[in-house]
Amino acid sequence: MVYFQVIIPIALALVALVVPSNRIRPWLIPITGVIHFCLTLWLLFNPEQCYVNSWLILDPVGKIILLNVSILYLVCSFYAAGYLQYRLENKNRIFVACFVAFIGIFTLVCWSYNLGVMWISIEATTLITAPLIYFNKSTQSIEATWKYLMVGSVGIALALLGTFFLAYSAIVGGTDASMDFYYLLKNGGTLNKGWLQAAFILLLIGYGTKMGLAPMHTWKPDAYGEAPGIVGAILSGGVTSGAFLAITRIWQICNVAGETAFTSKILMGIGLFSMLIASIFMMNQRDFKRMLAYSSVEHMGILIIGLSVGTTALFATFFHVIASTMTKGMLFLSSGNINRAYVSKNTRQVTGAIRRLPISGTLFLIGFLAITGTPPFAPFVSEFMILIKAFAAGHLVAGSLYILFMLVIFMGMGVTVLKVVYGKVPKDVVDTPYQDGILTAMPLVAFLVMILVLGIAMPASLTHLLNEAVSFMGKPI
Amino acid sequence: MINVFNSLLVMILALNLLALGSRSILSVIRIIAIQGILLGILPLILHEGLSIPQVVASLTAISMKGVVIPMVMIHAMKNIRIKREVEPIIGFVPSSILGAVITGSAFLLSNQITVSTGGYENMIIPAAITTILVGFIQLITRYKAISQVVGYLVLENGIYIFSLLLIEAIPLIVEMGMLLDLFVSIFIISIITNHINNAFSSLDTRRLTTLKE
Repeated sequence: MVYFQVIIPIALALVALVVPSNRIRPWLIPITGVIHFCLTLWLLFNPEQCYVNSWLILDPVGKIILLNVSILYLVCSFYAAGYLQYRLENKNRIFVACFVAFIGIFTLVCWSYNLGVMWISIEATTLITAPLIYFNKSTQSIEATWKYLMVGSVGIALALLGTFFLAYSAIVGGTDASMDFYYLLKNGGTLNKGWLQAAFILLLIGYGTKMGLAPMHTWKPDAYGEAPGIVGAILSGGVTSGAFLAITRIWQICNVAGETAFTSKILMGIGLFSMLIASIFMMNQRDFKRMLAYSSVEHMGILIIGLSVGTTALFATFFHVIASTMTKGMLFLSSGNINRAYVSKNTRQVTGAIRRLPISGTLFLIGFLAITGTPPFAPFVSEFMILIKAFAAGHLVAGSLYILFMLVIFMGMGVTVLKVVYGKVPKDVVDTPYQDGILTAMPLVAFLVMILVLGIAMPASLTHLLNEAVSFMGKPI
Repeated sequence: MINVFNSLLVMILALNLLALGSRSILSVIRIIAIQGILLGILPLILHEGLSIPQVVASLTAISMKGVVIPMVMIHAMKNIRIKREVEPIIGFVPSSILGAVITGSAFLLSNQITVSTGGYENMIIPAAITTILVGFIQLITRYKAISQVVGYLVLENGIYIFSLLLIEAIPLIVEMGMLLDLFVSIFIISIITNHINNAFSSLDTRRLTTLKE
């Protein structure tokens, strides 16, 4: 089944390269989204299909990430089809092909149980998303793509070195070298401590670059700012959660090896630093797409803090992966619509969005409230649960800083968002014909429904899935 | 065999310093191509009993690192009419000296690291670390986009040297995947480099400063 999930999108990407019409080609994206989502659902109901060989296993953690991104991609795919109809002046051949192939390669990230295969597929998601950032073909988007590629490639090269260090720590520890995740978990106790710690740091830097943790986040504001909103949604929900999955893998190995105290300190430090950087740069931020990028840095920090707190906070952490992905999806797509209507992403030109675009403007505002932890939306539940578990685990200072940063971010983000949403539509604004259409507005509503449902009454099946992942991560092998 | 292996590694390290000291971008690319070919030969020497997957992996590495990737980069340079000089932040002689100091200290420090068995490790680990750091020097101290790409390649070469320690642990398909990723990334970066030149009339990354806070 994994082969279908990987090969069908790649085959459809090849189809996209030969379809001649700019107008028809984008419809390949929703087709891919629907097929991929159906296959994911089918897998969830047929757990016996989740083992292919020792390299390709879909474990409970992988299932959550795969389901998360599959839903995100499904909703975004309809938006993408609608969005590209507004951008027919730009050739979308490469864009559609890369967008379609992305989900196939991403599936491999979730399945890979060999850390080498995992590295290859994460690197491949970086490469396949680079042309997406370049879609607008302006000088700014070239700059953003260049930074994304260089920072991302160097970061991911360090992750490769970390993977090799990890394999070598097994040799120094007296067993066979291996990049097999299950083997390393089983032999975690014998790994050489020094090499393992070095491997952990390199992998955290490498995959942390992909996640956009501070101080490796420098590509993020540029890439999210210059790429179309739809690409921001896929990058901030998809690529980052794949990198987070990779970090949970190394975290688990370090746990088995008895390095929990070491990893916990580093993760907490880097998580809080990400929140600090986000709160500083979100103050007085006039560019609302860059603001969303810093918000993404913040939420990656929250995920890492959740991981640092340990087993007790894992449920909330994985829930936050889903909650923040869906809310970010809503924010990026609505910001894309606003950007389209005003041909600007600066609050000096963009005001009164709620009058100009009633649906996108309202949902942008709701998205801001949701992501900053206002009830009754899903991120409130997950952010609050992580905080409580941090206090319960004795992280008093870290917990207090967490509240402080959340507060500063709420205010900083609020100033920018309120400027965008309220006020009068400026007279001298470029007159664009863009209005919310079904394809560009309904995906936002779908995200809203999801974060509401998840925040008020989480489905029992999802609770079950999350609990499975927690017990998988927590249990000794 | 260990003598041949060691002398190849020494040549690779010498090429690092040569690359740091070269003025023309084209010759730096050629130096890195030679380094890539030598790297591809290393795994063949390391193991007496040659298996087909190992030969395939080596040949692919030689052709990718030694021929295909340098050709892609030289091709990217052809379309660009610029001063083909490296233009470093710190001069050629100081950066070569820095490279030599790094090489020396890596070998001195590597004696402190616990090593599981004698033999190849004593050379591989410091050589890998040196090459990685030389790659970083090039990434940080060079302004031209294409020189930074060369730095990234040297960094990857250093990681490749480290992977020689794990030759049994890395399956053929994984090794192929890594080389393919490297090739695709250089390919895309070269395309972007061309666009940088068209849009900014220069390959100088100092001009990429519109996006900042």
